[in-house]
Amino acid sequence: MPEVVSLSGIGVCAGIAAGPLLRIADVPALPPVGVFDSSEAEIDRAFVALGEVVADLSRRADRATDATVAEVLRAEAMMADDEALRDAVREHVADGADAVHAVDRAFGAYREMFLDAGGYLAERVADLDDLRNRAVAVLLDLPMPGVPHPGYPFVLAARDLAPADTADLDPAYVKALVTEVGGPTSHTAILARALGLPAVVACPGVLGIADGTLVLVDGAAGRVDAGIDEAAAQAATRDAAQLAAAASTLTGPGQTSDGYGIKLLANVGSAKNVPAADEVHAEGVGLFRTELLFLDRTQEPGLDEQIAAYRDVFTAMSGRRVVIRTLDAGADKPLPFLNQEGEPNPALGVRGLRIARQRPEVLATQLAAIAEARSQTGADVWVMAPMVSTLAEATTFAAAVRDAGLPKAGVMIEVPAAALRAADLLQVVDFLSIGTNDLSQYTFAADRMCGALADLLDPWQPALLQLIGICGDAGRAVDKPVGVCGEAAADPGLAPVLVGLGVTSLSMSPRALPAVRAALAGVSEEECRRLARLAVAAPDAVEARKLVL
Amino acid sequence: MPTRTVAVGSASGLHARPAKLFVEAAAAAPVKVTIRVGDRKPVPAKSMLGVLALGAKQGTEVILEADGDGAEEALNGLAALLARDLDASDA
Repeated sequence: MPEVVSLSGIGVCAGIAAGPLLRIADVPALPPVGVFDSSEAEIDRAFVALGEVVADLSRRADRATDATVAEVLRAEAMMADDEALRDAVREHVADGADAVHAVDRAFGAYREMFLDAGGYLAERVADLDDLRNRAVAVLLDLPMPGVPHPGYPFVLAARDLAPADTADLDPAYVKALVTEVGGPTSHTAILARALGLPAVVACPGVLGIADGTLVLVDGAAGRVDAGIDEAAAQAATRDAAQLAAAASTLTGPGQTSDGYGIKLLANVGSAKNVPAADEVHAEGVGLFRTELLFLDRTQEPGLDEQIAAYRDVFTAMSGRRVVIRTLDAGADKPLPFLNQEGEPNPALGVRGLRIARQRPEVLATQLAAIAEARSQTGADVWVMAPMVSTLAEATTFAAAVRDAGLPKAGVMIEVPAAALRAADLLQVVDFLSIGTNDLSQYTFAADRMCGALADLLDPWQPALLQLIGICGDAGRAVDKPVGVCGEAAADPGLAPVLVGLGVTSLSMSPRALPAVRAALAGVSEEECRRLARLAVAAPDAVEARKLVL
Repeated sequence: MPTRTVAVGSASGLHARPAKLFVEAAAAAPVKVTIRVGDRKPVPAKSMLGVLALGAKQGTEVILEADGDGAEEALNGLAALLARDLDASDA
């Protein structure tokens, strides 16, 4: 049996797939600088090559069926069709570079600028590299680098994927994506989710795996096992297919094999997401994010507009539970109208419920709108606040919710201080909902966006599970619901552990729900409690997984 | 030279869609317009790469400059466009 090598990265789209790994065609190597007679002819050659790249991207944009893909391809075409870039090429040729090197250097200068700017622009470096590689390939008379088309199913590996690559992906053949770099907001992540492909990014070592090696990709765990044998690959593929088939036939309320009920709920941002939730028989909405309405705005949306937006979701969910979260702005979701520029450390700044300290009227208007929308519809509306740390905050919020005439008030558990005091909080609120992404970030003092710290943000970290357990125990003691609505809720392997810790509902993106339902149906409640004890007692996340899975 | 200083209004900054709309508008202007942040080197406003490389975020002040016939009008239009939240509009 070949030796299996496990690589880890950040899972950005859940799911399991296996197959031979193939890398994106190598980037053409640059030949030595050539000698040329006419600068003008050399400049022309470079411009023609850039023109071909632009034309190719435009053709792909026209062909793309997905509007998002088409838009990114058009943006890339604009980057290649750039007067300043052509000026730079002209200058480099004047300095003695041939067409290939002039193009390479012109893109290289922008590459450095993008890297220096950091953040969003640094993640766009993959786009620039892609354009450069395409133009260089044209000039060297080589095929443009891109996704292989071997005619059989495979796992695609790359340093990073550019929009132009992902546009070419045929989900009938590409079973999973693994990239060496990239982050949770890279194109690879965004497009993997759009296509529903298991994907792992920021996975060092993946390019060291030889083409054709059988690999297993676990997009929930962020793991890639290389060198598995044919039988293991087939078993994994069969399991994934069976799980999907079983999960899609299994419907109805979530429960363990012995009938212990766990509410399986959907995360939604607007009424547009409700059909997807219905398709997987979600029992309600466990997280209605209200930021969408506010995100694109320089001014707070008015009362009537908010009522209409909330009413749409409540109506679609008539008779079912809808847990609506009040505005969760700040940190990674700054809102222009709140004018939060200048916080030195936004993740630790005035965000979530803390905004009500400065702008209480924003919360008051929102609660009034929720109450009015509820009175016009038949949904079972629960309201919760994000970023709560203390009993005093929970008390004030619960009073505001009840004053607005709303029956159920809860708080999110995202701050360790709140988890430690879960029992106190449940004296004044009706329910808790654990946001595992932020709770990880604040427990491990590790930025959610930092790919290099992905291991600390693993939802299997025993310290995180221990905090969830404190909340679960507090809920059991007074018989009040404790939900999880972060990424962790979408991990079928972790679901029994969470239930064993005392979690009573799991809310996730609808796509993940059938697999979680199936996972819970396969274990008893007692077994869930046993697995929870094992996971919490484990020395680290890797061991916790091994002990449970 | 006619100049406008304007704070970027788009929630996501001068990236992606807002950058695309701005560059398209600048390319359609009858005069050559440059854009810069602070004392940094101005770049042609119709250069997508140059505009992206400014790294301008929401609230970043950018300076537009142009010369010649129609410069004032072109700058007014582009400044107004930058001040708007281009992520929000469906147009």
